[in-house]
Amino acid sequence: MTKKCDFVIELRDVWKIYKMGDVNVPALRGLSLQICKGDFVSIMGPSGSGKSTAMNMVGALDVPTKGKIFLNGQNIAKLSESDLAQIRGKTIGFIFQQFNLLPTLSALENVTLPMIFQGTPREERIEKAKQLLMMVGLGDRMHHKPSELSGGQQQRVAIARSLCNDPEVILADEPTGNLDSKTGNEIMALLGGLNRDQGKTVIMVTHDANVAKHADRVELLKDGQVKKDGHAMLRKLRRGVKK
Amino acid sequence: MIWDFLKYGAGNIGKRRLRSWLTMIGIFVGIAAVVALVSLGQGLTKYVDEEFAKLGRDKIIIQPKGTLGGVVSVGGVEIDDSDLREVLGTKGVVDATGMNYGTVKIEFNDQVRYYFNIGIPQGKEGKLVYELFTSYDVEVGRNLKKGDKNKVVLGHYFLDRNLFEKNVKVGDKILLNDEEFEVIGFYEIIGNPSDDTQTYITREAYLDLFDVEDDKYDYLLAKSDISEEPEVVVDRIEETLRKHRDKEEGSEDVDVVSFAQYAEVFKAVFNVVQVVIIGIACISLIVGGIGIMNTMFTAVLQRTQEIGIMKSVGARNSDIMILFLIESGILGLAGGAIGIIFGASFAKLIEVFATVALESTLLQAYFPPYLIVGSLVFSFVVGALSGIIPAYRASKLKPVDALRYE
Repeated sequence: MTKKCDFVIELRDVWKIYKMGDVNVPALRGLSLQICKGDFVSIMGPSGSGKSTAMNMVGALDVPTKGKIFLNGQNIAKLSESDLAQIRGKTIGFIFQQFNLLPTLSALENVTLPMIFQGTPREERIEKAKQLLMMVGLGDRMHHKPSELSGGQQQRVAIARSLCNDPEVILADEPTGNLDSKTGNEIMALLGGLNRDQGKTVIMVTHDANVAKHADRVELLKDGQVKKDGHAMLRKLRRGVKK
Repeated sequence: MIWDFLKYGAGNIGKRRLRSWLTMIGIFVGIAAVVALVSLGQGLTKYVDEEFAKLGRDKIIIQPKGTLGGVVSVGGVEIDDSDLREVLGTKGVVDATGMNYGTVKIEFNDQVRYYFNIGIPQGKEGKLVYELFTSYDVEVGRNLKKGDKNKVVLGHYFLDRNLFEKNVKVGDKILLNDEEFEVIGFYEIIGNPSDDTQTYITREAYLDLFDVEDDKYDYLLAKSDISEEPEVVVDRIEETLRKHRDKEEGSEDVDVVSFAQYAEVFKAVFNVVQVVIIGIACISLIVGGIGIMNTMFTAVLQRTQEIGIMKSVGARNSDIMILFLIESGILGLAGGAIGIIFGASFAKLIEVFATVALESTLLQAYFPPYLIVGSLVFSFVVGALSGIIPAYRASKLKPVDALRYE
């Protein structure tokens, strides 16, 4: 990884240590990672490798015990929760394994929600949300509640929601984990399109090699650090060596 | 933004309907009690105001000190003609007269009852009395007139309330303190039992019946000049009588009170009573507030993941705080609104009951706008205040922990 690029996200020697009673459990041990604008990166690793913790750091959902995290050149490691919230809302769009839609709101309202917190005017919000829902193929399901939608449809709503504030980075945590393989492929195609056509930086955490291969780059995590053989892994995956 | 938050809060309340209803009961009972009590209290105060306005703010009563509730004199203080002349001669007094009253034994059909009897002066001296009691129109029969001896006019209750086994009618003979009187009429209903059970005879007849000397009175009634403040005239009468009766300031043996002052005293006492009762009703509001707090704590727990989701899509701590405060405020407001409806209905029910069963117009529910608006605002504030701690707790949740919560 020597190519020159604008870093969207850069983690420098990031440590996250959880206290479990008297015992300190390090989840990240000096993790360093650079993600360029327009990258499509998969973060892989076995359970307990620290990939979820890494994703929380990248997504400004949590702050590190030690180290620096730069988002567009700004160190966010020491920011207050409310500042982080604003940064999350503007810069990062989240897609979760559990879809994480609000059950009381319709698809349209779920998509408008992040815009409310950014103070977008009502008309504009609704217009944008409608466009996005049509883009993900849910033009006829806008007023349905999550419970009235299939898993794949819910994840599409979540994707539309992640895009509503026009973030630079899409952060997807096991986006296909709760979907069958066909629907999963459709969702991956959608994410790939966002990266290719709209230039969004996509960071995806997964343990599924079939999903990970959609990325341009794979970062393998083990024991809270990046293992160096991510590229070899990707090449293997691309050659069709499936697990 | 606030509109969206309101919609979200209302949606959540609607989703857990039963719990919301149960939560609102505390607020609802408290507000219903406050609205019912205050509206009836306001109605009563208004009635008193109107009655005193009818009687006239310019009327002044002079009676022996120690007269209990205007009824029984315990001090042996006497008021006589010389006092009446002094009062009449006081600057600002345009008319004055003396009145006598006492408890009388009434016998009819061999049954005995005890009620008040009033001796009403007739002719010029009686003018002020009749002016004062403008509501004393005769419904059946005729009123008293000068020279009526052994004639009695009765309060309305004698006509149709079975005060005796058989109701009395015009022309019947009844015994007052063992002397025979002919019933010549009945007054219209006044609305309170003590007035409606009184018996009225001429002052002449009264003096004979109770063996009272002509120049002795139980109380004096005066009318102040319309251009003078009644309180100023009251002060002058007090001073005149102090001199006349040779009393030091502070040791007077008669009370001089204007009707305006009566109304104020009544209202002051009544307000204290009302504040105490409302205070008790507020206990229910406190309990209701705690109920809301409890519900909101549960809501924060149940919606921890939702809070995490909202934070992950950009909600600040303050946004979460406002969301939960609005929700608890809506709970309070809805409870308050239902409470107002129930409280108002209950007050109206009491009013109807009082009017029909007691034939009294004393209890009229009155709903001033400030009562309705105030109750709504207050219930919203109780709700929102109760939600502060849960909302604060929700706002402080870490997004990572909240997202992971199941």
